[in-house]
Amino acid sequence: MSMIKEDRQVNKGNFRIMTVDLSSGKASIEKIADQDKAVGGSGLCALLFEKAGLKDEPWNHPEQPLIFAIGPLTGYFPLMSKTVCAFKSPYHNQYTESHGGGRSALSLRFTGLDALVIKGRAKRPCLLSIGSNSLEIKDAHFLWGMDVIYSGRIIRHMVEKSHGHRSILRIGPAGENLSAMACINADTYRHFGRLGAGAVMGAKNLKAIVILGDSSLPMPQENKPYRKMWKEVFQDVHSSGMMHKYHDLGTPANLERLNNIKSLPWRNLQASYDPDAHMISGQSFATRHLLRNLACSGCPVGCIHVGFVREKFTKDSRYYYQQMAYDYEPIFALGSMLGIKEPVTILKLIEKADRLGLDAISAGVALAWATEAMEKAIITQKETLLPLSFGHGASYLEALGHLAVASNEFYRLLAQGTLKAANRYGGGEFACVLGQEMAGYATGELFFAAQSLGFRHSHLDTGAYSYEQKHAEQDLKKAVDFLLEDELPRCLLNSMVACLFSRKVYTKERLAQCLESLGYLDLAANLDKAAADIRRARWKLRFDTGFDPDEIEIPKRFFKVTSWKGPVDRKFLLELKRSYGQAIKNLVFKQANPPQGTRK
Amino acid sequence: MKILKATRIERCIGCHVCSLSCARLVHGLLSWQVSGIRIKSSGGISTGFEATYCLACKEPICARSCPTGAISIRKAGGVRIRKDLCIRCSSCIEACPVNAITKTDHGFPVVCIHCGLCTNFCPHGCLEMIEAVSSQDVHDQGGQTGE
Ligand code: SF4
Ligand code: SF4
Ligand code: SF4
Repeated sequence: MSMIKEDRQVNKGNFRIMTVDLSSGKASIEKIADQDKAVGGSGLCALLFEKAGLKDEPWNHPEQPLIFAIGPLTGYFPLMSKTVCAFKSPYHNQYTESHGGGRSALSLRFTGLDALVIKGRAKRPCLLSIGSNSLEIKDAHFLWGMDVIYSGRIIRHMVEKSHGHRSILRIGPAGENLSAMACINADTYRHFGRLGAGAVMGAKNLKAIVILGDSSLPMPQENKPYRKMWKEVFQDVHSSGMMHKYHDLGTPANLERLNNIKSLPWRNLQASYDPDAHMISGQSFATRHLLRNLACSGCPVGCIHVGFVREKFTKDSRYYYQQMAYDYEPIFALGSMLGIKEPVTILKLIEKADRLGLDAISAGVALAWATEAMEKAIITQKETLLPLSFGHGASYLEALGHLAVASNEFYRLLAQGTLKAANRYGGGEFACVLGQEMAGYATGELFFAAQSLGFRHSHLDTGAYSYEQKHAEQDLKKAVDFLLEDELPRCLLNSMVACLFSRKVYTKERLAQCLESLGYLDLAANLDKAAADIRRARWKLRFDTGFDPDEIEIPKRFFKVTSWKGPVDRKFLLELKRSYGQAIKNLVFKQANPPQGTRK
Repeated sequence: MKILKATRIERCIGCHVCSLSCARLVHGLLSWQVSGIRIKSSGGISTGFEATYCLACKEPICARSCPTGAISIRKAGGVRIRKDLCIRCSSCIEACPVNAITKTDHGFPVVCIHCGLCTNFCPHGCLEMIEAVSSQDVHDQGGQTGE
């Protein structure tokens, strides 16, 4: 082992952080203590934002940090394959996280970093490339305006020095145009999807980040326990049924089931069931459109379903084909939510959103609102530039383009969030927004309250959508307790950083054993405290940057939903929201005082 | 006497579990590079994966190229590299026609020793240990390689 590598191991307990300042073109490496407390991933991001973030400045202030962090188990164990990206969001100007996979996590690990922090703003569009012994900021003005797929191809040639393992994170036109729905694409088929991380790169004039991952790391000093633990976890993964579940139909397997229990949003949530759901079921995609599967690096499950579309483009037999990854969420957002029932059309919409660097969920839900607003004559083609109508894919394909580049004032506002457009034009009562554009679960009161207030406004903040599929009773305390309890193990997983699909395998006990086998003894013994501290640190940053649960309103549309439990109970939903909001406040403000003066 | 073959690499999902396992178990490292087998996308991950590993040449060019005699030929196929005799000149790395030899961060060559450990962890059954029959043998016998 080289001196540096040994040094890295001896310093276990310290994070190794690289900060790149795009304004000056310089970088620094820092060792930061407290690995036992901040752990990594989510916890490390909160620590770093607390140090480097400008809480009172807007999201696009040049000095705002964009943070990517991995955790102590990254690369060491199966499914420890995710990276946490943290930033001040263009969507609500508050601190947030977005999680992504691909090769990003292992590439950071093999570049020898626990986190990469990017500050400053480049004078011209640029590309940042980092390796274990290299750092380059290259001119990339010629990539500006280029779509995600094409720019990925060029970047592969621009950064030759690689053995084919590197990770390429890049943005598309949506990010360049500072859309709050812009994602960061990770290695073509994964995304740091929600809450506008792509715009943060855009604001920094940063088209792409190439992470070379070109070094190796030593094993823990006591190698045997680690090897043994790895095998056990690997066997757990096999016996858990995960391999089958995610190999088979993948996440779209949920679609028909959700439809059958009246929980699949259709046509801007005007319905939660449609008899034609089988047309866009996981089975339907798998039989006719599944090309193959892919994995995030270090994950033997390989849940990524790559679909394909083959289309004839001249009368004689000339074809082109396109590939795109499909999952439940994009199928809901660009399918059922838009009333589209042909898998081919949905796949083409997913491909288009990917190319443009738009978050598929936000974009689909926003366009669903625009369609209903058009039906109700609140807006006209003057705003939408196209005759949007449920079920008609061709206009949506074009509308995605308008949304990404903010073609006019209407699309500019819509790209900042459906409610921003609704504030101007009206129609807020049928905006399907729960903190941000909804995820695909019309399961009822609990999910609506949970997404509205959840830390990332994501269906993955807690298992509310799944709890609610099993619990029809209206037990306020039990429900709120569930939300609070379920957030804690997720905070831990997001700090290791595990793929949340592995949450059944990585119980707290398992995580402790894994950490122990790598020599993190203190951390392994104090996981409960670490989880609670990380949760509090994250929420504190949310409040410090302006979060106020009482300010979040649930649009009327959600009160009109009928799920498998029957019509949504308005009173119960409001009570849930109020007491969950109070519980979150209690996490940060011990005396349960409301935050003083929220910043906007 | 078997050797490693990526007989079904078209099924590969690019998880790198094979490389990580070889690095962990054979080379005592956390790595997706210092491993007998390396997986890379052939030009972006939309086009599938390639596996790079030792083909167990009948007349190993790597062994011939080594100035210090650090590379010996295994009867079963493939080669062994003796670290104590190696001067880290990289001659073997350059000599191997399929780039099967990689090196540690210290410049020591690393090549597949055909132990078969990685085949236990590939989730899609891409890798297997098969009898070492080189295409030359098959040719000599007037047969087909089947590859
Ligand atoms: S290392 Fe290369 S040259 Fe040597 S036996 Fe293997 S494939 Fe042949
Ligand atoms: S057969 Fe053994 S040496 Fe070769 S790649 Fe697999 S684990 Fe490594
Ligand atoms: S373990 Fe199998 S599927 Fe995974 S990268 Fe290796 S060959 Fe491909």
